[in-house]
Amino acid sequence: MSTNTVAMTGNIAMANAMRQINPDVCPAYPITPSTEVMQQFASFVADGEVNTEMVAVESEHSAMSACIGASAAGGRVMTATSANGLALMWEMLYIAAGNRLPIIMTTVNRALAAPINIHCDHSDAMGARDSGWIQLWSENAQEAYDNLIQAVRISEVREVRLPVMVCLDGFIISHSIERMELLDDIQVRNFIGPFKQHYPLLDVDNPVTYGPLDLQDYYIEHKRQQAEAMQLAKPVILEIGREFGKNFGRSYGFFEEYKLKDAELVVVALGSSVGTVKTVVDNLRQQGIAAGVLKLRSFRPFPAKELSQALKSAKAIAVLDRSDSFGAYGGPLFSEVRSALFSLEAAPPTVDYIYGLGGRDFGLADVNRIFDDLQILAKTGKADQEVNYITVRE
Amino acid sequence: MSNKIADKKKGWRELPIGGMILDAGNSVEYDTGAWRTYCPVLDTEKCNRVCLQCWICCPDSSIIVKDGKFEGFDLMHCKGCGICAHECPAKAINMVEEKK
Repeated sequence: MSTNTVAMTGNIAMANAMRQINPDVCPAYPITPSTEVMQQFASFVADGEVNTEMVAVESEHSAMSACIGASAAGGRVMTATSANGLALMWEMLYIAAGNRLPIIMTTVNRALAAPINIHCDHSDAMGARDSGWIQLWSENAQEAYDNLIQAVRISEVREVRLPVMVCLDGFIISHSIERMELLDDIQVRNFIGPFKQHYPLLDVDNPVTYGPLDLQDYYIEHKRQQAEAMQLAKPVILEIGREFGKNFGRSYGFFEEYKLKDAELVVVALGSSVGTVKTVVDNLRQQGIAAGVLKLRSFRPFPAKELSQALKSAKAIAVLDRSDSFGAYGGPLFSEVRSALFSLEAAPPTVDYIYGLGGRDFGLADVNRIFDDLQILAKTGKADQEVNYITVRE
Repeated sequence: MSNKIADKKKGWRELPIGGMILDAGNSVEYDTGAWRTYCPVLDTEKCNRVCLQCWICCPDSSIIVKDGKFEGFDLMHCKGCGICAHECPAKAINMVEEKK
């Protein structure tokens, strides 16, 4: 096992993963807070450390368009973006997924304008949740790095062939220096193996057509295939997560269960906030309170059955949403978690906390307040207010 | 009107993924003639069969020519646009509404 312990920001860790992956093509357009990923990677290109064709494009829409062309041509393709950049890609995200192209993207999560804000929340990636991309979420730089390497494998499996975005929290992960382990270049290259596009456009002896008109008589069949590919991605995500663990000592599944087995009060969350929640869980455990966390890693595909089984014996559950779905009943994570729990015979009472929008600090006191609420909810079984806003001035 | 492709439609498990077309040139199997509202009909008295203006102008290669002479319309692919009738110097092509 490797012991390349380094101090690195999340962005530089992602750039290093890309260096080790050595993709064929990287079309990119800079946007805070993901700019540094491609900036550092561009240095690797300029220094000859990779063989990548770096394409500087004029917008994120063009970046994803170029990714689609390069991937269909037969290349292993990666890019990175954030917030409004991801929003500008929106049309092309669906085309990448619909054409079943295994493109890999780092999404450094940032609030969407307006009002303009460059800091962390999850509204960018949540806006893309129906686009057909697999979404892997990360608690810290190490997980983001590990996820990016696994994403390459997951996306390229023949029955999957879907694009994958690896999400990490803007600034909190992207710009904070953490102690982490880099794998050896050769370990990464052996793990991901060579890329074989099954129908490369550049194979002129076997011409194929990508993206033809697909009307009433075929479109729904192709969408049904996409839905199936997401389901087929589930065992692939588990298998590759196990293999990664076997090789490198860090295993991954759909979610991490932190002190969850006997937990009565449970928080479900995505991303860096889970670190804060874990600290509070540790403190509560010392006071004899059975607290736990479920940290979701795979939001797409959403592991509804597995998640509801892991949560079935909780007495009260709080879902943390770092984005809102205006006009919906709660944030996007809440909607899906509660929907998954609904199939249980006795679904635990579940409430939502929308928090931390635009990078608003989310601290230990906030988590303590949530667990205080959960203690009451566990006793009463019913919340006066199921969807709550915290870390906001009244 | 029967549609050659429609008659053998496959389920989602059998189709190539992503709407990809794996066989080059298979659009010839598609019955685009089914889209037609007006059908070209030749006035054999007026057509000299060799000027071939219709063949030059047809956007869908639906004028059949044999041994350098007009032979007929490929009605499986003719969409009934009427360009041939418009361009014909002898006014030998009439566009007739398709019968239901």
